[in-house]
Amino acid sequence: MIEFYLNGQPQRLAADAHLSVLELLREQLGMIGTKEGCASGDCGACTVAIGEPDSTGGLRYRSANACIMPAHQLHGRHLVTVEGLAEGEHLHPAQVAMVDCHGSQCGFCTPGIVMSLFTLHEEQRTRPSPLTPERLEAALGGNLCRCTGYRPIRDAALSMNDSEGHLPAWLADASLAERLAVNVGDDAHTDQVNDRFLQPTRLAELVELRSAYPDARLVAGGTDLWLEATQRLLDFSSIIDVTRVKELCAIESGEDSTGRPGWWVGAAVTYADLEPLLEREYPTFAHLLHRLGSAQVRNRGTLGGNVANASPIGDTPPVLLALDAQLRLTGANGTREIPAEAFFLDYKKTQLAADEVLAAIFLPAPTQGRELKVWKLSKRREDDISAVLGAFSWKIQDGCLSDVRLAFGGMAGIPARAKGAEAALLGQPPSAAVFQAARQALATDFSPMSDVRGSADYRTHSAQALLERLRLVMANSTDSSSTSAVQEVMLHAYAH
Amino acid sequence: MRTLIDLPPETSQPREQHAKQQPTQQKPSNNSGFSGKPERHESAIKHVTGRAAYIDDLATPANALHLALGLSPVAHGRITRLDLDAVRSAPGVVDVITVADVPGHTDIGPVFPGDPIMADGEVLYAGQVMFAVAAHSYRAARQAALKAVIEIDEQPANLDPVAAAEMGDVVRPTHQQVSGDWEKALADAPITIAGEQFVGGQEHFYLEGQACVVHPSEDEGVMIHTSNQHPSETQKLVAEVLGVPLHAVTVETRRMGGGFGGKETQASPWACIAAIIARRTGRSCRLRLPRSEDMRVTGKRHPFHNRYCLAIDNSGVIQGGDITVIGDCGYSPDLSDAIVDRAMFHSDNAYSLGDARVTGHRARTNTASNTAYRGFGGPQGMMVIEAAMEDIARRVGEDPLTVRKRNLYRQGRNVTHYGQSVDQVALLHELIDRLESSSEYWQRRQVIREFNASSPVIRKGLALTPVKFGISFTAQHLNQAGALLHVYTDGSVMINHGGTEMGQGLHTKICQVVARELGLDLAAVRITATRTDKVPNTSPTAASSGADLNGQAARDAALKLKTRLFDFAAEHYHLDREAMRLEDGYLIAGIGESERHISWGELVQTAYLSRISLSEKGFYATPLIHYDRNTGSGRPFYYFAFGAAVSEVSVDTLTGEYQVDRVDILHDVGDSLNPAIDIGQVEGGFIQGMGWLTSEELKWNERGQLISHGPATYKIPTYGDLPQTFNVQLLEGHPNSMASIYRSKAVGEPPFMLGISVWAALRDALSSLTGYSQAVRLDTPATPERVMAAADSARRMMLEAANGGRGNGH
Repeated sequence: MIEFYLNGQPQRLAADAHLSVLELLREQLGMIGTKEGCASGDCGACTVAIGEPDSTGGLRYRSANACIMPAHQLHGRHLVTVEGLAEGEHLHPAQVAMVDCHGSQCGFCTPGIVMSLFTLHEEQRTRPSPLTPERLEAALGGNLCRCTGYRPIRDAALSMNDSEGHLPAWLADASLAERLAVNVGDDAHTDQVNDRFLQPTRLAELVELRSAYPDARLVAGGTDLWLEATQRLLDFSSIIDVTRVKELCAIESGEDSTGRPGWWVGAAVTYADLEPLLEREYPTFAHLLHRLGSAQVRNRGTLGGNVANASPIGDTPPVLLALDAQLRLTGANGTREIPAEAFFLDYKKTQLAADEVLAAIFLPAPTQGRELKVWKLSKRREDDISAVLGAFSWKIQDGCLSDVRLAFGGMAGIPARAKGAEAALLGQPPSAAVFQAARQALATDFSPMSDVRGSADYRTHSAQALLERLRLVMANSTDSSSTSAVQEVMLHAYAH
Repeated sequence: MRTLIDLPPETSQPREQHAKQQPTQQKPSNNSGFSGKPERHESAIKHVTGRAAYIDDLATPANALHLALGLSPVAHGRITRLDLDAVRSAPGVVDVITVADVPGHTDIGPVFPGDPIMADGEVLYAGQVMFAVAAHSYRAARQAALKAVIEIDEQPANLDPVAAAEMGDVVRPTHQQVSGDWEKALADAPITIAGEQFVGGQEHFYLEGQACVVHPSEDEGVMIHTSNQHPSETQKLVAEVLGVPLHAVTVETRRMGGGFGGKETQASPWACIAAIIARRTGRSCRLRLPRSEDMRVTGKRHPFHNRYCLAIDNSGVIQGGDITVIGDCGYSPDLSDAIVDRAMFHSDNAYSLGDARVTGHRARTNTASNTAYRGFGGPQGMMVIEAAMEDIARRVGEDPLTVRKRNLYRQGRNVTHYGQSVDQVALLHELIDRLESSSEYWQRRQVIREFNASSPVIRKGLALTPVKFGISFTAQHLNQAGALLHVYTDGSVMINHGGTEMGQGLHTKICQVVARELGLDLAAVRITATRTDKVPNTSPTAASSGADLNGQAARDAALKLKTRLFDFAAEHYHLDREAMRLEDGYLIAGIGESERHISWGELVQTAYLSRISLSEKGFYATPLIHYDRNTGSGRPFYYFAFGAAVSEVSVDTLTGEYQVDRVDILHDVGDSLNPAIDIGQVEGGFIQGMGWLTSEELKWNERGQLISHGPATYKIPTYGDLPQTFNVQLLEGHPNSMASIYRSKAVGEPPFMLGISVWAALRDALSSLTGYSQAVRLDTPATPERVMAAADSARRMMLEAANGGRGNGH
């Protein structure tokens, strides 16, 4: 049984393991305000808000794509849909602003846009901060609109906090958070009908279930796995949900096996929850997160999922390789910690044994003199998958490059380092000639493939171009009048 | 606290602090010079509350069936085995049909034959429908469809439209338009210049996919709810497929979640298939295409290969020449004849071609049948001459804007290559002059040249491109419309017409027309769904014609009713018929002292009791238009709509990444019916046009399977692609020179082509790598991959030139 709140009202119902929140709403509950645009988490038409108890005892609302969110993950949550905002004829400020600004044309994407605006409005109501263009882009980049061209939606976002409007009564209901908290027990929540959706809360329990259900699929955000349900129409035999495992949801400072200080990031920590740490410690990595999926994806998707998924075009693995991150794998026979680089064996093949789960990812703390650059190339700047992603880490010692790690996504069957290019740079000054050699070596480091995101030729040449950009950035940083110079080798919207 | 009722219809002005934050945001001004008001969309509140119903939101009986389709994995071949036993025996399956189960016609080609409802012996593209399955749930139907055993003797697939055109493998005959002695013009010219380009297609990506719900009726027909731009055509095709008369089929469209041309002809097949199963089973049927199937099954904007060879004088003015456009039509004619025609009609854009020949080929390939898409071939045709403008400018060493202005239609050079005169040339020149000045084109040109001179990697580009777009269906008979007006005894008004609402605000504008004629509040006038049993034999809502045609038909109905009420009132109340008018909810007769007011409600009541009909139908047919295919000349367009855009881009010439920094638009809508809606069309059209030419890339693999079949791989513009500075204005003070509805102009398609300015600005930035000495070819969509390759080629040109050779730019 899934117990949750829907627009302020308690719900208790049974659902198939493969059911999405969108299917639950439209097919089981007959609530048709939330629309299906793609059923793959790419268009945002199905955006809903998920309220979770936060540290202040209130509820924090975040946007999610209902089409690829497992219905069972609603357990203990408050689901808000477009039907839950207006009360009778009284509209929410986001709705008033959208009407006033002519923000809808065909109206099909509108419920999703209203829900993204609602979560932004809640953020502004509870944690106000300036509505910068970057912030609006982060909030709205996951909602495709084919009609308006977005200008009136931008105006609605900018004016809704001043719009007259009405907040739904459930927003003022402080007991809602308490009632939800009571709902989430410490026991493994299971679909009592057929034990097919398992929600362990402790790592030990997760490891046990992993062995007990060898055919089960692990799900965290569902932002990739659930496409198998909606696009390939697979019926999962059973699902183990890792998002309630306490150890997997925490970020703890500590050391890795080599004694470096840093942070162990639980594998089920979402990108959204990881962002504050990265903003503080690795702004260039945080900037990548802004271009990884959309807010709806970042609110559900996890760093661990991006790693364990082992896609050659996942955005974060090359960064982890460049940072020399470690991974903690926990299984029936205990825990081991391995370099991230050793994890990826072949296309979608990893070191993970059948009884093991990825428990945490170690991010080493920044060290003096170590630089990191992360550059993603895609057809569209926002909410797109990389054609090529380069993550570069290095030091300059006595005018020469040391500790060079050049990692790429999209260049091979796995995220991988360009060993030849690294060798060409190592111990050399960052001169044009040295980088010329590195670019040549890069061409033999990889034999990328041609696909829908780019040709093999483009991948090779653009990866080389990123090395040239790296050289220019290094040259700029040694030039004293550097701040404006960096702008000249990169567009502002991509700079970091 | 505000409610639905007291929301003001006007736009609110941006608050000051926000205006400071993003000073460029634009809103239609409330006190504009247009006679139409910026009313909000009639469904705006339903949109934002989730109460607006789309097809898949409609309730059906508990025993309704859900349909799924079986698609060909192969682009071309003979079907040797289609074993559907496993599909039939899959859980929940109720019915499975193939083309053999179609009771009536099996060809559902909308204009010309060639579109089998389901594959018949052979498959002609990957994604072609082979069978349909009905089951008790959507998921069960889709899972069942995967169980088919399909064997196809695969034949070579033709995926090359240029080769097809050369071999004469075309879906319709090649057509030519010739004006004057184009060969002599080329022979005599001081300079000839040639070029070619590939212009990519475009997926409609309406957010609501193709969908219909079909109920069997109590006689031999069906009632159809469909997301559809052309209900009358669906009615006809369904009747033919079922083998029943048209009056047995009723089609209803309340609204679409986007259309853009993709639901003009290509919404019908789903209604036909669902209707067959509804009749076979006696149960309601739901059919909607999942996104990836929608993208594989339905046609798109035609990709084009264009070539030109132009004669120019030393100042870059075109004397004549030869233009060839090859449209990639896919496997069947669909609307391709008219689409390639429109590409030919627009291969001049706003420029006189002089003595020219324009040739249009309709190439057949083994892909989905390409179809209508906002602009209908016009954008692809314009691309060839806009490419030439840039090429000419580099050749004669002038700024591209200078060359564009020299070539504009003007007095004495105002006849198109198909013989139609361009009136309003003064408007065109004024519009461009104003935009040139308001966008500070020349000051920015100077700044950009200086920036580029000292910036090796980042290059900026700037371009102003005009749009001249012909308004009318080029198929003459489609230029007609009907409307049905009812006034009920409480005074409330219902208007129905033949147009469909796809978000463009057509229904809002029509209500405004009726409210204006009857002197009523907009709230007193309502539109319900478009239905074939209310207004029959309608044309598609397409060619930007929705408001032009249906607005006139609705006005005709309102005027007729008004005349009847005036006649009645004059007699009944003994009033002066001459100065009678309807204003602010009153019938007003007389002037000054003798003025008499009778409220609308009373008038209607009295008329009813006096047995005066309160219902009226209206009709409209566009005058003057004609086109002779034998001579390739005529007046295919009632009028032209104009516009222009200036775009500025920054390009990373290392990686090919770019951003659009600023866009200024001035667009002509005549006397606007609704400036808020028109601004929405201009902005939305521009962004969609920009997407077509930049990030939206259709890709097929070597077997002819579409591999960009979802939003993960096909990238339409998103929020961040909105230029930070986006100044959009409607041209005021220029009513339509033709007697269109209140002298307004069509606005659906023309602004789409303003997006060409972004592509031209990218080429401008690339040309800077050659010191503006060479034009750099840039096929579309101009993805970062293509821009990077073009930048590399520009640098190579310079190296070759420096190494003693002459670069071979056109």
